[in-house]
Amino acid sequence: MSETITLEVLRYRPETDSEPHFQRYTVPYRDDWVVLDALNHIKDNLDATLSYRWSCHMAVCGSCGMTINNEPKLSCHTFLRDYRGGVIRVEPLDHFPIERDLVIVMDSFMEKLSGVKPWLIPKQEKPLSDGEYLQSPAELNVFHQYTQCINCVLCYAACPQVGLNEDFVGPAALALAHRYNLDSRDGGKGARADVVASNEGIWECTFVGACSQVCPKQVDPAAAIQQTKISASVDWLKDLLTPGAHR
Amino acid sequence: MAKSNKPILWLPFAGGGLVAALITPVLILITGILVPLGVIHLNYETIAAFAHHPIGKLILFGAVALPAWHAAHRLRMTAHDLGLGGGGVKAACYGTAWLVILVAAGALIAT
Repeated sequence: MSETITLEVLRYRPETDSEPHFQRYTVPYRDDWVVLDALNHIKDNLDATLSYRWSCHMAVCGSCGMTINNEPKLSCHTFLRDYRGGVIRVEPLDHFPIERDLVIVMDSFMEKLSGVKPWLIPKQEKPLSDGEYLQSPAELNVFHQYTQCINCVLCYAACPQVGLNEDFVGPAALALAHRYNLDSRDGGKGARADVVASNEGIWECTFVGACSQVCPKQVDPAAAIQQTKISASVDWLKDLLTPGAHR
Repeated sequence: MAKSNKPILWLPFAGGGLVAALITPVLILITGILVPLGVIHLNYETIAAFAHHPIGKLILFGAVALPAWHAAHRLRMTAHDLGLGGGGVKAACYGTAWLVILVAAGALIAT
């Protein structure tokens, strides 16, 4: 008989289940399969009722984040071979309500994300006829790593502060705010500060650093938040010394 | 949401982190290990003169007060991460820091 591996998957169907419970599935083991392949095998061959999100299968879309053996991971980026001989426990991401099975409710994150205005707010709007807002490679390098975020929210599942205070704006949104604040074409730092530099923004972070550890795209939200703390403190001092001049 | 006044707490915390990382280990090495072992010798008169000078007092105060504040804030944050967020933890951490800061200030003013 060919080798198999067991997945223990958290199930929750609100119309029939009063609370979440685990269900075991045995799937074929293949060296080149990731957890998402195993879930697709379950869905196609064993149990069509299993619900989960996925799209690209190549760590670009950010939709297949799950808790795999207690660690937030992209299921398309997590090989079965790393768990060979054991049971793989698959749960939805922590710190989010469960919509159904492995699908989480992401509304709170979407609100936080739009709250930091993650788009270019030019210092001065200019007419289309004036051409592009130019930027040098060196200016791009200043913020390039923060553009790699795919909004997979693994960092929200890993962050203890998100678990303690659901209002915390959180790692990905704050890193993205930092990305636009650092952009030479942007002048929106003041407009973002009401959220970013609020008690629920950067100041709720205690620099645990779990966000940067679990990030599948090597974005470093913890560094972004600490750098923002320095720049927000400088702005706070300027406001204190010359009130109203730095808005 | 409104901008926070947390920089009041955070700026001395960040400064204390710098001092604790760069200066405190050197001071411990010199005053706690090398001098007692007799590896290096410090002239008492020179050190006393430094401690009596206003700028020397300020440097010594910073070397004690900032890391004390840093330690208090860091310990409280760690307790918070572990789910111990009560007022008692807050009072114990910041209370100890204030005690160290006041004793240091008092000693420097008295010298």
